[in-house]
Amino acid sequence: MSEQLNLTRRKVLLATGATALSAPFVSRAWASTTEINMLAWYGHGEPDIVGAFEEANNVKFKPKYYAGGDNMLALIAQSPPGTYDVILSDAEFVQQLNAAGYIEALDANDYPFDDMLHDDFTKFPGHWDGDTLFSMMVRFGHLGVSYNTTAISAEEAMSYKCFWKPEVKGKVGHFDWHLPSLGMMSLHNGNGAGLWDLDDAEWEAVQKTTMSLRPQVGGYFDYGGTFNSLKNGEMLAMCGIGDWITGVLEKDGAPVASVIPKEGGIQWTESYCIGKGSSKADIVKSFIQYMLSPEGQVKSAQMAAYPGNCITKGGRAALVAADSAEAERSNQTDGNPMDPIALINEGRIHYRNIPVNQTLEDWNDFWSEYKNA
Amino acid sequence: MNRFALAFRLPVIAWQGLFFLGPLFFMIAMSFFLVKNYRMEEAFELKNWARMLTRGYVWDSYWYTFGMAGLATLVATLVAFPAAYALAFRVSEATRRWAIFLLIIPFFTSYLVRTFSWYVILAESGAINAGLGTVGLGPYTMLNTPFGTVVGYLTLTLPLVVILQTVALANIDRNLVQAARNLGCPPERTLFAVIVPLAKAGLIIAALFCFILSFGDFVAPYYMGGSKPPTLPILIIDTTKSGQQWPRAAVVAVMMMLTLFSIAAASIWLAYRKRSSA
Repeated sequence: MSEQLNLTRRKVLLATGATALSAPFVSRAWASTTEINMLAWYGHGEPDIVGAFEEANNVKFKPKYYAGGDNMLALIAQSPPGTYDVILSDAEFVQQLNAAGYIEALDANDYPFDDMLHDDFTKFPGHWDGDTLFSMMVRFGHLGVSYNTTAISAEEAMSYKCFWKPEVKGKVGHFDWHLPSLGMMSLHNGNGAGLWDLDDAEWEAVQKTTMSLRPQVGGYFDYGGTFNSLKNGEMLAMCGIGDWITGVLEKDGAPVASVIPKEGGIQWTESYCIGKGSSKADIVKSFIQYMLSPEGQVKSAQMAAYPGNCITKGGRAALVAADSAEAERSNQTDGNPMDPIALINEGRIHYRNIPVNQTLEDWNDFWSEYKNA
Repeated sequence: MNRFALAFRLPVIAWQGLFFLGPLFFMIAMSFFLVKNYRMEEAFELKNWARMLTRGYVWDSYWYTFGMAGLATLVATLVAFPAAYALAFRVSEATRRWAIFLLIIPFFTSYLVRTFSWYVILAESGAINAGLGTVGLGPYTMLNTPFGTVVGYLTLTLPLVVILQTVALANIDRNLVQAARNLGCPPERTLFAVIVPLAKAGLIIAALFCFILSFGDFVAPYYMGGSKPPTLPILIIDTTKSGQQWPRAAVVAVMMMLTLFSIAAASIWLAYRKRSSA
């Protein structure tokens, strides 16, 4: 059946010569591929998200990943203009990107504003300067109580008070970023929509509440640590995260879940911007349009690194059609009481922001004190 | 110094100048810079030093890091010594070579991977607790504790300490050990009055390496200790994450460097000082 492979010296030389002669054509084919420099959270430049777009448009994404808005701003500040063609930003940092002149204005007519699932998404805070659009929201998710379902009941998880439950002493983890964790403590204290706008007394109370949680805390983790500690049961509750982490574990069969408690939850919002001075603005615009298309929205909702909710009606419909299990799991179905859009309408969701009356330094200083307490 | 000797040493001098002294001086200078709108601006201000040195949590982290690195050094030295002693005095030359080869093997794999592999062993649902569970003990929390941090530090340093101690002990003049035994010195006294003093320099250098590596390690306290409380390397990361305060992080880094220089100087003095003749 198989023919014997007879490798003579002549054949080897012939093959080597043919390879060498074809090399210029290979390199020419690569040369015509446009490279797009992306600055984003981990996962956004991976094949499950950009693969199909790359293939269809003969482009290649070169992602540079960051962890946190501060980190993103610093990376841009330290790079020459035009270094990054497309920048994924947390919504609360878009204003600072614009103020520093790091991003290009967008043409609002290029994007499907008439297909948004919520009115807030059309005029998202900080994304517009007057009537000029600077950043296009592509996905969002909610942060609340993330917990191990064998240790905390669904009913208990409906309040941040469950973090203080004696049975989870030493088993409450923190995602190691002060903003979401302290935001949740602020919500626990009943600050509601004013969770970022704290006067001195309220800020003092938030610090006191946070310190009272310290004996319960088992550790402070990055993404990998958070993921592992929830998966192996070392942590039974996690403060500062949401479905973006437990969703991945849940799909893997781990007994974990995230809910928005009655005190309210925090929304993370991710938006794309075109980097100032980018010579590839047209193809980046096409990419942002692609991510807002039903296909792109489904890919975003199914993202391997961390799932995010659809923001367009078309995207949600496509998700329900393509992956009804994921749509159900993430409550992205019409009429679902935990539908993220319904939660926003009920006023239970507050968009993540930076402190209004204190500086980020004040919050971070306290965070370091808290970790050392 | 002749030209050949200078040319021979030039690569090392150039390397150290470019990649150690240069960055070190830049880091010291940076600790006086200021950050405005996430951008560093050249300046000569003492604000960063004043701020960091007056924060209680900085000193808490400092002493915790110092204590944990000291503890790891003590444990590594004590745990490594019997193994090094056996390799130096009790086994054949071939066995010693194999043992040293096996001690080097862990360095072939990523330290991060080795650290994460402890999760399988130390987790509450891990191998040790499963074993203890069969005799009705546990489960015990070992990850995200200071114990976990020390295990992580030892993962990094113990093989190195064993190798350095083995080399130090193996180079002792056996005749001196034999002479002590022939003159009636009991084994314990031979160990502490002859072997340890003769290997003192190597043993101290091994301990010094353990302290240096532990003091500056980020992985073990973060992934095994749960950053609870944070050590100085974690504090550096936290500081850079908040408003990109690299100058303040540089202050912490300089504090660490000064500490390590002091410890290294004291260790070298201790290792090579001559015994005063009575």
